[in-house]
Order: sequence, then structure tokens, then C-alpha cells
Amino acid sequence: MDLSSLPTAAGLLAPAATAQRWQPGLGREGVRVLHSEIFAHGDDGAGVAAALALALDDLRYQQEAGAGGVAEEKPVLWVQDERSLKKTGRPYRPGLPPALRHRIIHVAARGAQDALFALEEGLRCRDLAFVIGEVAGNPRELGLTASRRLSLAAEKHGVPLFLVRHDAARDLGSARMRWQVRSAPSPRGCWNPAAPGAPSWHAELFRARAHPPGEWILRNDRETLVAERPAAAIQTAAPDHGDLVPAAGAGSLAAG
Amino acid sequence: MAIWCPRLALDRWRQAEGCARGQGADADPLALITETAHGPRIAAVNDAGQAGGAAPGMMLADARTLCPHLRALPADPAGDLAFLERLALWARRWGPWAAMDAPDGLLVDVTAVAHLFGGEERLLADAHARFAAQGLAARAAIAPTAGAAWALARYGPDSAIIAPGEDVAEQLAPLPVASLRLDADVLLVLRRLGIKRVGDMAGLATGEGGRDAVQRRFRNRRSPAANPLVRLDQLAGRVPEPLLPVVAAEPALVQRRLLDPIRHRPLLDQVLADLAADLVRVLEARGEGVRRLELALWRVDGDVAVRRLELAASTRDGAHICRLFAARLDDVEAGFGIEMARLMATWAEPLALAQADLDAAAEVHGTSLAACIDRLTVRLGPHAVRRPVPRGSHLPERAQGWAEPLAPEPPSQHLLAFHTRPLKLLDTPERILVTYAAPDGQPRQFTWRGCLREVARAEGPERIAPEWWREKGSARLRDYYRVEDGEGRRYWIFRAGLAGDGRGADRHGAMPDWFLHGLFA
Repeated sequence: MDLSSLPTAAGLLAPAATAQRWQPGLGREGVRVLHSEIFAHGDDGAGVAAALALALDDLRYQQEAGAGGVAEEKPVLWVQDERSLKKTGRPYRPGLPPALRHRIIHVAARGAQDALFALEEGLRCRDLAFVIGEVAGNPRELGLTASRRLSLAAEKHGVPLFLVRHDAARDLGSARMRWQVRSAPSPRGCWNPAAPGAPSWHAELFRARAHPPGEWILRNDRETLVAERPAAAIQTAAPDHGDLVPAAGAGSLAAG
Repeated sequence: MAIWCPRLALDRWRQAEGCARGQGADADPLALITETAHGPRIAAVNDAGQAGGAAPGMMLADARTLCPHLRALPADPAGDLAFLERLALWARRWGPWAAMDAPDGLLVDVTAVAHLFGGEERLLADAHARFAAQGLAARAAIAPTAGAAWALARYGPDSAIIAPGEDVAEQLAPLPVASLRLDADVLLVLRRLGIKRVGDMAGLATGEGGRDAVQRRFRNRRSPAANPLVRLDQLAGRVPEPLLPVVAAEPALVQRRLLDPIRHRPLLDQVLADLAADLVRVLEARGEGVRRLELALWRVDGDVAVRRLELAASTRDGAHICRLFAARLDDVEAGFGIEMARLMATWAEPLALAQADLDAAAEVHGTSLAACIDRLTVRLGPHAVRRPVPRGSHLPERAQGWAEPLAPEPPSQHLLAFHTRPLKLLDTPERILVTYAAPDGQPRQFTWRGCLREVARAEGPERIAPEWWREKGSARLRDYYRVEDGEGRRYWIFRAGLAGDGRGADRHGAMPDWFLHGLFA
């Protein structure tokens, strides 16, 4: 592994002010995050939606930073294990973001082991824009070692991985960013105030290497990802994770 | 050309004993026996035994009463077959290919070959002489078809030849019907019908209505050996008769003669590495991998050291072979030096060519998309890796099809932009319990997966009618609602049918069911 790509201790400590100002949608500060884990409830479409929004935001930033903004349309690998497929359904092309509709390659894996194999093969592939994984629960195969393998594969080949964990406890993992995401009440639309508005998600970054934890309300504003601090009322209210997310065992080595 | 060795088993035994016919051990009555369910039965018997009254097919006990001094030895059918196989390979001296005609015959293709031996008579004489020199009794015959040659060799005159222009059926007419190569039960049927000669059979088959009668009697016999009409046609060359020639499989063998005898281990390792590289090249050309290896080292004084090696799986890896042999070469006594080394693959298995450094290259540069999909498909099955493609239907679940991952996008009509569709769709809509103010109004509350949810906002209905051209007339329309619950979770739910539409399972005015079909972003 290239040591120069790692953040130095000084780099982590000194620009605390810039780190405080960071929020999703502002792009990269320091190292590009190539392995994110998004914890979400299985009855909620917010986890996958937020993962797609983060992935598209990362892609957009890469294209702006890349050569002249030439849009290279690489396919996207979407891996689901059987339980998450049963629980949350299949990706539905007409409802996907328009930029991704024609680029999805869907893999229906039987168990977590096959899903991990597919994720790793996807990360090794140079022709993929990013890989989305959905794994339900805390399968035994997805331990710290497997998580670390995924991290290393993603960082070696530069393919970002967004792993959505449905109904999972915050077990050990080596993801560089770990989020807890749930749906947030949508803003009122200007045409029909009684209808559900533009999707928005409450995202809590509880572990990250280079950033302090924080909570945001994420929204897609046309092309860009917009993050706002949640209102004081929402912040004080106890976050509703259901009874599936215990408070203990929420540590991460990635937090280092 | 058909060759028949009528006494193959006995000739083999005599070769093993090293005695001529009727002399030495063969002078006494002898029978080769096989064990059957009813006791030992005679498979072959020599001249002295035949003179004493024993005959093949007899029980040994019966034969002993006739010929008390009969000596019994076990027959060796497997050995006879192997011998016949070698004989078939040897018989390729008279033609491009030879086929076995178990248990005691050979068929050699001598088409356009006879002139090399000076004509067909000289060819037959040569075959008889060669077999006699081997100590084998043989009868040979040449005919345009394999069946005719077979019949002549067994039942025809000595050294019979049917030239291509002659009428096969006419020449064979006086032969017994057994020369048609039929099963014993069919022969029994023919004998009871009074058909004794090939000519009788041929006359019946060509006569008015006769062929139909024979055809009817044997209509459910597909095997040529059970159907005399098929055999007759094969004899005359009217239907093809495929034969399976014997092909020799030479083991892969490489050897090196050394200019200077070697006495030291590092040099031997070098020689072995060269041999292994040669062998790998030979095996690669054949598409085989080696399972068992034999390394023979000839010393100057004529001694041979042999080391054998067996592998768990067929391989073609030279370095691997060298590594395995290295441990076995420590105790080789070189003496005055080794002057020749030979490596032979005594057991090889088919092994497809493989690209060796694919993994290493993928490790550095990443795999291509096609390689990635191949790996996924091989492990997960062809139906696990697919891409969603649009389909021409307004029903939500039919509007999306699944295609091969690298297939081109099918042409399609665009979805109307004002239809909002969910991010994910459940494979089967899940039933929910809904509270509503009016039966055809908006939902107020719903229970899904045992959890009660308030509907904070709702939009709808979007009415989607069934596809009447595919579905039954009782299919119900669906009213879709986009709803958001109190915590902001957005769902796509629908009511299947209308109250009082008289369709569906409940025809008598029960309330329509509600289902949850998709999850919005």
C-alpha cells in the first residue's frame, strides 16, 4: 500500500477547522473515500437512495476533477443478497436516477458469501464506475476480515464501494465512512402540498477517518447533493433506529 | 477384408505354453472353461479334447464323463480381447484402419489397397501366411461390404473374394442364414420358419409382399443384429454400416541422449528440467495433462534406474513436475554416469489449454468487464447476473425486463415524465391492512410487516388498468398511491380493484385488498 496516500497525523489534527466545515456534497478533503457503509432499516428505501446519492456525488466530483469533465459512462454493479432482495425488492429501472438507468448490472447472490465474492470481483474490475452492495443483517461471513478485504480491493483498484446494511447492528468493520441513514419528512412541494415531496434523508456519520461525526439532512437538488444541519427540534429528538440497532458494539477500527 | 481366428483363445494359450499344435502340452485333451451360474462350462477345447468328445458350450462335468482325462484351465476373455486389440493394430499393415469384431474377428479396410500387395489373392495369401507365422489359425475373405466379408470368412470357401462388380447377394445365397450376423433367438425364429440359407431370406425379402411380411414380424426390432432385413441390406450395401476403428494411443514420451555421461546432481536436475519442458510442449499439443510419470535413467554400464510419480490432478506445469521429482532423485546411484534419460507420461488425461498469467495480470491492472461478468456468471449461475431493460408495458412489474449483462439496450418508448416510480419494487406485492375514510378514497393508516404507519401525505390515485389482451376478464384494476408516513418513509401502495366491481376472488361485494408494491427513495 502506498504510504503517501495515508493521511498523516498532522494532517488529521491540524486542519480541524476545515474538517468542521466539511459536509457531504462538498467533495473530497484529503483521501477519497472508497469504502462506505450505510446502515438503514429494511423497511426503508432511504439507505439505497442515500447510497446512490453519495455515489453520484462522488462520481460528479471525480469527473469535475478529472480530464476536462469528459463524462465516461461506465456501468455500475449492484449486488444484492437473497434476504435483502426479498425484503427490500429489486432495483426498478424507471425509478432510478436517470444517469444510472442504463448502466446497472444487477447481481442476485444467494447468500452473503456469494454477495461478498461478487462485490470483490466488482471492485477488481477496472470498467466499473462504482459498486453498490446490499446485505441484510449481520452474516457471519461479513466480519472484520471480509470488510478489510473489500476496503483493500477498493483502494487498490480505485473503484468505490457503497455497502448498504439492512437491519444490521453496527458491528466491526473497516469502512472509511459509516453512516446511519433513515428517511426524513420531505419538504412540501410547491404544486401539491399534500403529496410527498422531493426525497430527503437523515444521515448520521458516526465513524469516519478524516471527519468528525455529524448529522445532516441530505437532499438531491437537481444535480448536486445538498446537506443541511437538521433543525434543533429534530436534533434533540431521540433518533429512531427501532430496536434493531443496539447502542453497544458500535465501534469501528476505521475511526482509528 | 474380414479375418476370423476360430481358435483364438487356444492359440493364445499355446503361445504362452510355447508349443506347436498337437504337440507338447497340447497333445493331451484340454478345455478352457468359464464359470457360469450352473457350474463350469467349456469355452474352447483343443483337437485332442474334441476327439475325446468334448465340445465348446458343454458343461465341464458332462465332458468329463466322455473324456475323463480332460484338463481344465480357466479362459481369459479379457486377455483375449486385449490381444485382439493389439492384433487389430498390427492388422493395419494391410489397410489404413482396422476394427475389432469381438470376440475373435477383425475387419480391415482394404479399399484401393490390394494393388500394393499384387492383387487381392496375393493380399489374402500374405494375411494367411502372416497369421500362420504367428501361430494363429485364421480365415480371411475380401468382399465389398463388411457384412459380406464377415459371412465369407466364417461360412464361405477358403480365401473367398467377391470383386466389386459382382452381385453380393447372389454370391452369398448358398451360405447359411447364420452368416447374417444375427442373434441366437432370431436365428431360432428363422430356423422354425424354414429359412435356412441367405438366398431363402433374400428371395423372401425381394418377393412380392414378402418384404412387408418380414418387416411386420420384426417391426419393433431396431438393432441390426435382431432384424434380418437390416442385416440383409447391410450385406448388399444398401444401408451404411459404421465401424469403429482401433486407434493406438501412444504415451507422451521425451528423451535426451547425453553427450557426456553425467554424475552429479545439479546436472541431472538440469536434464530433468529440459525433459519436463519438452514433455509439457508435447502434452500441450495434445491437450492433455499428466497424471502418472515415469522417469528412466540409463547408466553407462547398462543399469536402469526408474522413478515413478503419480499426481493428484492432471497437470502440465513443468516446474511442478521438477519439484516433485527432486525429492525422488536423491538415492539415484549414478555409477560411472548416466547417458540417457527418458520421461514418459504413462497416464494422461484431457486438460484444456488455460491462460496462465490471467490472474497475475488482473491483480495489477484490474479485470475487464467481460472477465468480471464471466467470473460472476460461472460462480453464481447465468440467471444471477443481469441488467434491467425497459419493456413495452404500462403495468409496473412488466415494464422492466431482465437481459444479458452485455446485451445492447433494446429500443423502447420513454416513460412519461410525470409518472413517479419507486426506486425499488418488491417481487410480489405484500398485502397490507389499510384504514380509509371512504372505500375509494385516500388511505389514512396502514399496517405493513406488523407495524402501524400513519399516512402523513398521499398522492393519488394513479389508476393502472390490467392488460385485457393478456389477462383474464376477472383481473382487477389497480389504484396506486404514493404515500409518506409520519417518519418520512415513502411507499407505493395500491388497492386492487374497486368496491363493488364484481371481479377478483370475492365476487360478492367484499372490500378490495391493499398491497404495498414499492419503496421510494
